[in-house]
Amino acid sequence: MLISIASGKGGTGKTLVATSLALALKDNRKVKLLDGDVEEPNDHLFLKPDISGSQPVFIPVPKIDEAKCTRCAKCAEVCAYNAIAVLGGCGACSYLCPEKAISEEQRQTGVVEWGNADGIDFVQGRLTVGEAMAPPVIRQLKKHTDSDGIAIIDSPPGTSCPVVETIEGSDFCLPTPFGLNDLVLAVETVRQLGIACGVVLNRAGVGDNSVEEYCRKENIPILLTIPLDTEIARLYSRGITLVEGLPEWKEKFVGLFQKIKETVDARDRSLKR
Amino acid sequence: MREIVVLSGKGGTGKTSIVGSLAALAKGKVLADCDVDAADLHLLLKPTIKEENEFWSGQLAQIDEAKCTECGLCQDLCRFEAIRDYKVDPIACEGCGFCSHICPTNAITMKENMSGHWFVAETRYGPLVHARLGIAQENSGKLVAQVRQQARRIAEERGFDCIISDGPPGIGCPVISSLSGASLALMVAEPTLSGIHDLERVLGVCRHFGVPATVAINKHNLNEENSRRIEDYCKDQGIGVAARIPFDNAVTEAIVRGLPVVEYADGAVSREIEGLWDSISRP
Repeated sequence: MLISIASGKGGTGKTLVATSLALALKDNRKVKLLDGDVEEPNDHLFLKPDISGSQPVFIPVPKIDEAKCTRCAKCAEVCAYNAIAVLGGCGACSYLCPEKAISEEQRQTGVVEWGNADGIDFVQGRLTVGEAMAPPVIRQLKKHTDSDGIAIIDSPPGTSCPVVETIEGSDFCLPTPFGLNDLVLAVETVRQLGIACGVVLNRAGVGDNSVEEYCRKENIPILLTIPLDTEIARLYSRGITLVEGLPEWKEKFVGLFQKIKETVDARDRSLKR
Repeated sequence: MREIVVLSGKGGTGKTSIVGSLAALAKGKVLADCDVDAADLHLLLKPTIKEENEFWSGQLAQIDEAKCTECGLCQDLCRFEAIRDYKVDPIACEGCGFCSHICPTNAITMKENMSGHWFVAETRYGPLVHARLGIAQENSGKLVAQVRQQARRIAEERGFDCIISDGPPGIGCPVISSLSGASLALMVAEPTLSGIHDLERVLGVCRHFGVPATVAINKHNLNEENSRRIEDYCKDQGIGVAARIPFDNAVTEAIVRGLPVVEYADGAVSREIEGLWDSISRP
């Protein structure tokens, strides 16, 4: 089962939920945690994994052999990006060059690393500073989602291509909204991809109850509520997960998983029928 | 033209709250919200929208079933796995057009894709340009570039010499697009391990693109030891720390009331942000 954690806005508790959910489940189940926020991966700061392997992420970059090039400009005609940005290399220019003058070189834009964090299988992607395109790193990270246990994937914030790349194919998505505006964005994204979702309300108690009303109206369950609490914020600041800092939270995260599992199992049963 | 972009690496460190307060303090400027995925400056500034424009960017492949012979060449060659069972997955399609060039029966055409909207609005603090990228769309960097270009145009028209931009989280394409060529990057950092880690990476992006940076530590007293680590790191890198904003419930209360904190309370938070604006408003 693949569970994704997402939010329209950043800093709303994705890392907190992903790490605590993984820790709460690891004693009784096989758990894998993947950090898909490859621009700013933070899960490792909390889980402190022993990294045992890594694989660089390359994107193909076209290289023109001047000796063979006849300046026919076919490559310029077919390049949808005017070669201003290489979006992970579509391969059109090298395939269509009549002189076969274009080959592809590999440029490293990031790395995928894996290891073990106190019994949790840990995988993270890391985009190289100065590189623009997160999706190729996320695509390589997601080759590690195979798991006979539970895989949890932490998403980057937002609603555009890196988020879609991360949460696509998950069985359940947990948005962690800060307010109504970013919840609506997350729910629209999740629904466009046809993924079931339920909400973890973080820093509850701020503002009005528009989030609860929206969830009721849209028939989205609120699966867990984490209050606005200075103690929780201080633990977070020191890189301590919620279930380790305040162990009474472990049971609540196990309960959160049970509710997710019920939804996913019910869906699987109805699909079989 | 002085263009200040507010970034943080990590989300939720207080960028928008600080931009809201700078908006209240600065005279003669244009505001820009460069977080086109999840813009929220408009929630704070309550603008009246004057202009709504469509953002057309990129293309999507379209297969004409009548012409398609199901040869499968497009599926084999697409690097983005965007064609399955002779149908295009509009979310996976990157719009590169490779398939349209190689289809032996010319069954594939590229159609223009409307991927969002951008707005010109008026707030009580001056004009605001913001945007909304469609759900699951690409090209957020290009939409950010459009927001910045429009902000510059308005500033020139009205004779303003300053643009204040609220940037997106992360270090990737929309951040690079928000940052390149700006006069100053103001980093809002929170004293958490995640905040420090993410700050270091986004400062790396500033260095890479040659944009000078200065740091404001937000919720300074949440973790004094981490705040000292940020100070030490900045000193080491030759980057100034322009503000040390304490944790104060007044900030949350101001957000709930939809007011910039400098207009809501006159305590230590407001004094720090006023000092911050003093130190960054001039080159």
